[in-house]
Amino acid sequence: MITGEQKPFEEIWNMVKDFKKVLVFGCNTCVAICHAGGGKEAEILASLLRMKASEEGIAIEINHNAVERHCEPEFFQPVMEDIRTYDLILSTACGVGVNLLSENIGDIPVFPAINTEFFGAVPRAGEFTELCAGCGNCILHLTGGICPIARCSKSLLNGPCGGTNNGSCEVSPDIKCAWVLIYDRMKKLNKLDLMKEINEAKDWSKAQGPRNFKVKVLEEIKK
Amino acid sequence: MSFRDILDSGKFAVTAEIGPPKGTDIKEMYHHIEVLKGKIDVANVTDNQSAVMRISSLAVCKIVLDNGMEPVLQMTCRDRNRIGLQADLLGASVLGIHNVLCLTGDHVNAGDHKQAKSVYDVESVQLLKIVEGMNNGKDMSGNEMKGATNFYAGAVVTPEANPLEPQLVKFEKKVKAGAKFFQTQAIYDMEKFKSFMAYARKFPVKVLAGIVVLKSAGMANFMNKNVPGISVPQVLIDEIKAAGKEKALETGINIAARHIKQLKDEKICDGVHIMAIGMEDKVPMIMERAGLL
Ligand code: SF4
Ligand code: SF4
Repeated sequence: MITGEQKPFEEIWNMVKDFKKVLVFGCNTCVAICHAGGGKEAEILASLLRMKASEEGIAIEINHNAVERHCEPEFFQPVMEDIRTYDLILSTACGVGVNLLSENIGDIPVFPAINTEFFGAVPRAGEFTELCAGCGNCILHLTGGICPIARCSKSLLNGPCGGTNNGSCEVSPDIKCAWVLIYDRMKKLNKLDLMKEINEAKDWSKAQGPRNFKVKVLEEIKK
Repeated sequence: MSFRDILDSGKFAVTAEIGPPKGTDIKEMYHHIEVLKGKIDVANVTDNQSAVMRISSLAVCKIVLDNGMEPVLQMTCRDRNRIGLQADLLGASVLGIHNVLCLTGDHVNAGDHKQAKSVYDVESVQLLKIVEGMNNGKDMSGNEMKGATNFYAGAVVTPEANPLEPQLVKFEKKVKAGAKFFQTQAIYDMEKFKSFMAYARKFPVKVLAGIVVLKSAGMANFMNKNVPGISVPQVLIDEIKAAGKEKALETGINIAARHIKQLKDEKICDGVHIMAIGMEDKVPMIMERAGLL
């Protein structure tokens, strides 16, 4: 899922304070799970902004709404007529949602209320961790299912750097050294020989945007 | 004699680091070059060491060369992508710099530009392969170049990394990728280093032991706690403590000299790499006491 955290309130306030009619627009899928941008968070943010506006003596109409997803137009199309009555949409969806809505809404600005971070796992409720960076050319079969692109601070492909420190990464004791994890796993899988082979430099062209693709089967059917 | 020839001849080699400064005032650096000239075999020029921005390694290598010393160009993969790295390798080559130490590089988190975007387009093993390719007249994409390079390529290894096994896997990959010489992280435990060398001797590479002078017991404790892959044995810490504050540095210098002498006399490795870190002035003294001058 996509993870994100709400921006600092002051930053959000500075974005909205010069508008007259603002919709805080939530997304009830990924960002709801990380308590950053679901309908409930949109509602809370809207009321905080209303309180701030009245404190500052500024007249802004601030409402909230949410749909299931912002990453597919069919989910926000039904409310489009209503949201076009606002002069700012403060989206609590991920950046994908902000982009897509901007493309579809016409001349109304859509601002981000959250910082979109990564796509991650939820090992425990309320905890999120990055395990894949979407590099476009997966090598997990070579690394015991542990991703060195996302999980090594330097995205190294051939083993640990000199900073590896009792299982931690040189960057922080809170980060596990991905290459120690990979080594241990490869050893257990009896695949250390594979780890001894040099991984060639990565084709980063597959990891760089703008990226898009079409599902081949569907394209064939269309033809 | 070139660095390669010195190591191939079996002579015990001594390299020391030159740390480029931050800023255009290079008087002190010139002084270090003067102090080291004629004493050490080659000067190892660091590349934005610890991710702290300084004069480029390439520029300082050229200064070292112009001042009559042979340089080793340290090259990290943190700040340049494969195009930048290859361009600088060609640049170094035409300037007459023919030794390169291929490093991954400390994370920007360690340095003074923590918000920088790290590159790591390639890493140490792949950089070694790039150098090997360029020595054979081809760039990384396989394009024929007009004129090949002639680099003597090296890499680093941490003999006391914890855990050690994955580090050794990487060491072997570096050998396969074309590393001809290795510099180690600072070592203090001769017995442990000997057992590492018993392993490393199985490979056709030259090894220079990393030497960092202990300035105080506090420094030793700090490194034990904070620097991955460095472990100073308690007996050495006690030795410095016993000497008292005034004599701490003196004792540290003697320990370094003693280690270097032992490494040479017992032919444990092929040379030493002295990381003076601000004590370049003391390098000749260390060498004298080690019986090298
Ligand atoms: S190798 Fe690439 S695609 Fe595979 S898990 Fe890592 S980042 Fe994701
Ligand atoms: S310590 Fe491990 S995880 Fe951290 S950068 Fe080095 S190899 Fe990667």
